[in-house]
Amino acid sequence: MSLIDFVAQFWPRLLSGAGVTVAQFLLAAVLGVAISLFMGLMKLSTNPLLKGAAVTYIEIFRGTSLVVQLYWIFFVLPLFGITIEKFTAGYIAVGMNIGAYGAELVRGGILSVPKGQWEASLAINMSPAQRMRRIILPQALVNMLPPWGNLMIELLKGTALVSLISVADLMFQARQINATTFLSAQVFGAALIIYYILARFFVTPLMRWLERTMSRKMGKV
Amino acid sequence: MQDLSRFPLELTGDDVPMVRFQQVRKSYGSLTVLDNLDLDVAPGEMVTIIGPSGSGKTTVLRMLMTLETINGGVIYVDGKPLTHMPKGGKLVPANERHLRNRRADIGMCFQHFNLFPHMTALENCMEGPVHVLGLTKAEARDRSEDLLELVGMIDKKDQHPSRLSGGQQQRVAIARALAMRPKVMLFDEVTSALDPEVIGEVTNVIRGLVDEHNLTMLMVTHQMGFARDISDRVCFFYAGRIEEQGTPADLFGNPQKERTQQFLSAVKEAV
Amino acid sequence: MFEWKWDFVWEIMPRLIEATGNTLLAAGAGYAIAVVLGLALALGQRTPYAVVTFVVREFVEFIRSTPLILQIFFVFYVGPQFGIRLSPWMSGMIAIGLHYACYLSEVYRGGIESVAKGQWEAATALNMTTAQKYRRIIIPQAIPPALAGMGNYLVGIFKDTPMLSVIGVAELIHTANAIGSENYRFLEPYTMVGIIFLAISLPAAGLIRLFEGRVRRKLGL
Repeated sequence: MSLIDFVAQFWPRLLSGAGVTVAQFLLAAVLGVAISLFMGLMKLSTNPLLKGAAVTYIEIFRGTSLVVQLYWIFFVLPLFGITIEKFTAGYIAVGMNIGAYGAELVRGGILSVPKGQWEASLAINMSPAQRMRRIILPQALVNMLPPWGNLMIELLKGTALVSLISVADLMFQARQINATTFLSAQVFGAALIIYYILARFFVTPLMRWLERTMSRKMGKV
Repeated sequence: MQDLSRFPLELTGDDVPMVRFQQVRKSYGSLTVLDNLDLDVAPGEMVTIIGPSGSGKTTVLRMLMTLETINGGVIYVDGKPLTHMPKGGKLVPANERHLRNRRADIGMCFQHFNLFPHMTALENCMEGPVHVLGLTKAEARDRSEDLLELVGMIDKKDQHPSRLSGGQQQRVAIARALAMRPKVMLFDEVTSALDPEVIGEVTNVIRGLVDEHNLTMLMVTHQMGFARDISDRVCFFYAGRIEEQGTPADLFGNPQKERTQQFLSAVKEAV
Repeated sequence: MFEWKWDFVWEIMPRLIEATGNTLLAAGAGYAIAVVLGLALALGQRTPYAVVTFVVREFVEFIRSTPLILQIFFVFYVGPQFGIRLSPWMSGMIAIGLHYACYLSEVYRGGIESVAKGQWEAATALNMTTAQKYRRIIIPQAIPPALAGMGNYLVGIFKDTPMLSVIGVAELIHTANAIGSENYRFLEPYTMVGIIFLAISLPAAGLIRLFEGRVRRKLGL
């Protein structure tokens, strides 16, 4: 069966899987960005408690595997009375994992803002929160956006692992179709192409657009 | 494609120049860097090229080292074409094999030394003799140590470049180039990146080469005093052409062209 | 509330240790493939032939943009469709080795591009062949700046080995799954797997940094 015939026959399931993948991606991205921001700022804090908490979080999530984290959240947490439905467990695990990597990018981005900017905002008597929000973060964001582009691709690829806890994403649908039809080359080939299209024509252009927009706002051409 | 039929396959006769640029053209897009350059350098001659920046003087050396391609004309080294090779009774652009063969006659020292940072001074000198010329390690070591002795760097032979001063690095670079036994040595602004107080140690080494060796040398420099002292001939480049050339005494003492006079007086004022 | 049982932990430790060995073996073998193949992919983008550069470049982009777990399935299942049977180990090593080869090719490329232009020119002035230039002058200088990235991907490949469980490679997660379903206890196996990952990847990251410093000193950089 050719790839085209295959897609013609199975497109509804591939499409629904891709839809779930995109949903997982977006939800995990929102969660991941929020965690990155919090943990990145906490790691820069002078309060040893906040700093310690951030370091522990980052090291645990970067030091272990996303599969392990996913299984732990889905299979072990219920033992402590915290039962999370699989769809939610999926994007929480992926988002928390990416958040740990993103936190380092946030931290690096903030540190890359020249010291003079801190001093200048202090000189006009801004509060620490104002300094961070109005002066430092916007500049840090521009500096860290390019590596965020790569991280977002990693995030998209990471969502494929939610199939391991039976979230019906693209990877899951592909495995199901493969199990019933044994058209492995067609189904996995089609899935690879769909992931590639999502990455190359969806995630990457979006991040490039963000980079351009932010640079323009900062007056860099 | 240019007509190469008027260029000889080989230079013959009594006084074949060591280097000949014949009608050489070089341009980047619409910008002409060298405009039909004709220049002969006799065996054993020391020719210095001076001129304002952007006049194409460094390009002359880089073309001779085959670091830049040329857009027209032919360069000959030791009577044989460098940029071209004979094929079926006429000249065609050189292939990599021909270039490898002909490059063996030429050595070069760079403004920024370009020593290999992961090798000691001695290893830098031995690298070419061992891996390109196929000498044994013992032969290459003897040759390299002699040359490091000559440039006064034998004490530092086991140091990596990062531990050497600019002047020391440049002296090692000269030894490295000489270790390949070239017929022609090219010095491309070898003192320009050096602190003023160490320029002398490099110029002294080059002076020694002029006195003791029968090398053909081409040098681009901003050190007018040095050029005057050691050159057999000085060429003043302007806008991709040789504006004026002559003995150092003539060119520095009695420049004929207005542009040469302007350049020399500007340089004098700067000093 | 579910209780942590140390007895059970000790009972399953031998199996987990054996699985750790398999995990390390998979990571090591996959990395060995990636190190060599990655160099080929990096040099493949530096030939004078624009077509070759384009094809290699797009291939690397494709592999980097699509999930490893899907690639593992692809390699494992597509072979038999065409009469080639690959063992789980074999398929896993091909997939993970190729995936990380693409990452490493980018690291090498960055390293090669970081070597100053003057080094190429000096090598030309010594009349070296292209192969000699790479082997003697460029690659030795391209490796030290690439070491940090190479080290990160060594830890990365280690953390990605759990994906091999899906085709039956008996690494840590596969073993933890088996222990869990045999005993109906998931808390200890998954937690211990997490701890084992941390216990290996955190010191490994430190060791890699140490090693990087030593190589730099040894090369006099």
